[in-house]
Amino acid sequence: MTRVLELEGITKRFGAVTANDDVSLHLERGEIVALLGENGAGKTTLMSILFGHYTADSGTVRVDGQELPPGRSRAAIQAGVGMVHQHFALAPNLTVLDNVLTGTEPLWKPRSDRAGGREKLVGLARRFGLKVDPDARVSDLSVGECQRVEILKALYNDARILILDEPTAVLTAQEAEGLFATLRQMTQRGLSLIFISHKLGEVMAAADRVVVLRHGRVVAERRKVHTSKEELAELMVGRAVKRPTRPPATPGELLLEGVDLHLAGKGGASLKGASFHLRAGETLGIIGVSGNGQTTLAGLVSGLYPPDVGKLLIEGHRPPRHDVPHAIAAGIGRIPEDRNAEGAIGDMTTWENVVLERIWSPDYSTRGLVRRDAARATTEAILRDYDVRGARVDGRIRLLSGGNMQKLILGRVLSADPRIVVAAQPSRGLDEGAIAGVHERLLEARSRGAGVLLISEDLEEVMALSDRIMAIVGGRLSPAIPAERATQQLLGLMMAGDWSTLDDIAAEGVHAV
Amino acid sequence: MSVLFDILASVGMWEAVLRIATPLILGTLGVLLCERVGVLNLGIEGIMTFGAMIGWLTVYGGGDLWTGLLVAAAAGAMFGLLHALLTVPLGLSQHVTGLGITLFAASFSYYVFRLAVPTASSPPTIEPFRPLAVPFLSDLPFLGPVLFTQTAPTYLALVLVAAIAWGLYRTPLGLAVRMAGENPHALDAQGVDPILLRIGAIMAGSALMGMAGAFLTTAAFNSFFPTMVQGRGWICVALVVFASWRPERALLGALLFAFFDAFQLRLQTVVDGVPYQLFLMLPYLLSILALVLMARRARVPQALMQPYRRGER
Repeated sequence: MTRVLELEGITKRFGAVTANDDVSLHLERGEIVALLGENGAGKTTLMSILFGHYTADSGTVRVDGQELPPGRSRAAIQAGVGMVHQHFALAPNLTVLDNVLTGTEPLWKPRSDRAGGREKLVGLARRFGLKVDPDARVSDLSVGECQRVEILKALYNDARILILDEPTAVLTAQEAEGLFATLRQMTQRGLSLIFISHKLGEVMAAADRVVVLRHGRVVAERRKVHTSKEELAELMVGRAVKRPTRPPATPGELLLEGVDLHLAGKGGASLKGASFHLRAGETLGIIGVSGNGQTTLAGLVSGLYPPDVGKLLIEGHRPPRHDVPHAIAAGIGRIPEDRNAEGAIGDMTTWENVVLERIWSPDYSTRGLVRRDAARATTEAILRDYDVRGARVDGRIRLLSGGNMQKLILGRVLSADPRIVVAAQPSRGLDEGAIAGVHERLLEARSRGAGVLLISEDLEEVMALSDRIMAIVGGRLSPAIPAERATQQLLGLMMAGDWSTLDDIAAEGVHAV
Repeated sequence: MSVLFDILASVGMWEAVLRIATPLILGTLGVLLCERVGVLNLGIEGIMTFGAMIGWLTVYGGGDLWTGLLVAAAAGAMFGLLHALLTVPLGLSQHVTGLGITLFAASFSYYVFRLAVPTASSPPTIEPFRPLAVPFLSDLPFLGPVLFTQTAPTYLALVLVAAIAWGLYRTPLGLAVRMAGENPHALDAQGVDPILLRIGAIMAGSALMGMAGAFLTTAAFNSFFPTMVQGRGWICVALVVFASWRPERALLGALLFAFFDAFQLRLQTVVDGVPYQLFLMLPYLLSILALVLMARRARVPQALMQPYRRGER
């Protein structure tokens, strides 16, 4: 094996913070290395140095034995390093071909060779099985397709080393599987890959070797065959992390009932006759491949849109009006799927974000004036009780990491003691430690007697937290199965729409109760 | 009705359209270049005023007309550099900076003008560009005088429309310019420096604005007075939206506005009993209408008005 890439003794400080502390790692030809670490461990900084976005304070980067000049992306590209960014570096208004060609020709050339460029792009797409239409506008592409364009961009620059920054963060489970299959093929054609991740599952599935980064240092390096998920989790977090286990449920009265809900085209896929019920003190998990109506269902239950047909009963009653204020007043707490877009307003302060949902309640305003002291006190309590790090009461919320933002949102929702909690993809994009925290809080709410509606793509999460599980397929809900009967295989069948065996299982469940 | 027909059939009316359109074409191309790299340039009104003044002054002081135009472009580029330095590396508010430059440049123009010509009560004149008949083509009936008996800067403006359209859509530099206005992070990731590119494009765009101003004093009229730009700069800002940030549509928009303007000028002289101010409003009202109809389909550069800083989203 030949070493295609070597990073040696990389140190990078931002002010008082040391993002990378004497980090060394290498990559062999045809190898897939996972760079594993929690959010803030310094993974992205390290890769940004390699790619010339940042200049290291000390240390060297060598590609094929040649040292790269620091701080120059162009040099990295020319040496054959390609980077696939987490937030895609694409221009939505331009075509795929435009995006790929940018910066690939000398700027002062009087005429761009678009025909030649298109030929090369189509050839690459065919060779690596990354199908895209070169003339499609990027804004019309799905997330998965955008990622293909990002990879093609790197390949077009003749990359032989590909760096992928959290490549599955925005992909559905199916898309992620497809991606890793493609990446595996690429290594057989001589490419070498580093991918950044904090997801143990995909690291174990896709990597040959794992480098674990914690607080900016390399703490361990393991061949995949010599390690396990458990060991990696411990190495990454620095202590044994255990996701909490679910105590037995004590279901109480009926809290929420959806009867034959139909809703067309709001916030994504339609609902076409979804029925369910949720009792106090239980968690109902809803699994499904994204785009089958789960976002719509979450929005409907939290009051964003009323159903076209069917009814939603809260504690046996229809709310007087189906809108968000009435949903909140009826005791529904909402943990939205996209916390940055729907859960928080980045440029407002932490306390404003905390009280905004309930700003009209007498707790936070009197006679049209905001009671800032009360609002600040609540915020401080949440920051403390929910261990939100890096937040200041009067600081802008934009600066929070995903995990801390989610803790704050959990705190905001749960501190109001909601009867019903709607949690959509509550641990998406979070690292292991933060996930455990989120799970703990949701279980707490349940033991307090709240009903939790958990909508998630993550099968492990749903199996760990739910008492009953339904699948959503094409806007309809499957019969519910008790969590004890759930296996990966059965859930897979359910998500694929094969519900033939479920009625029997559901019937058993009824007898058992 | 026959009055309207007479106006529309007159060669003078159509010949005026292209003349009135020329500063708008140049100014709109200028704004377009700035906005294509993601920077709003509201300095245009002032830069045009300064261009008008310095272009005229150069000729008045003995330079030839082309030198005047060139000096106006260079002065525009300098104001562009100022705007660029404040808005691109420093990331200041593009609105505030632009308006500041407009106020500064307009007042500064008058100041320089008064220093150069302290005593005159009526503005002194220069010998402006003469219409240049294109051989043979100018002999065509109707089209000849309308299209091919214009002044040289008008031809230059038309050539620039084609050149900028080609540049934007056919060259690597143009693609980089478009990318700078859509996603500067992507551009940086491909190894092109968005900061330098933005500064360069703003300077080029502002040079065109300076030329647009100079056209007024060296071709359309023959003297300078401080209020002569009369909101043409703002019209250019609106025309860019009308044009969906495309050079060929910018030409169309400028011609449309110029048509309304030429039309109302003639209408004023033949229609009695209607206050002339109403006619003056006509091109603006119709432009707003056209803007409403067109702008809904416009594709705004995604990074417009967003300062770029490395490593920040």
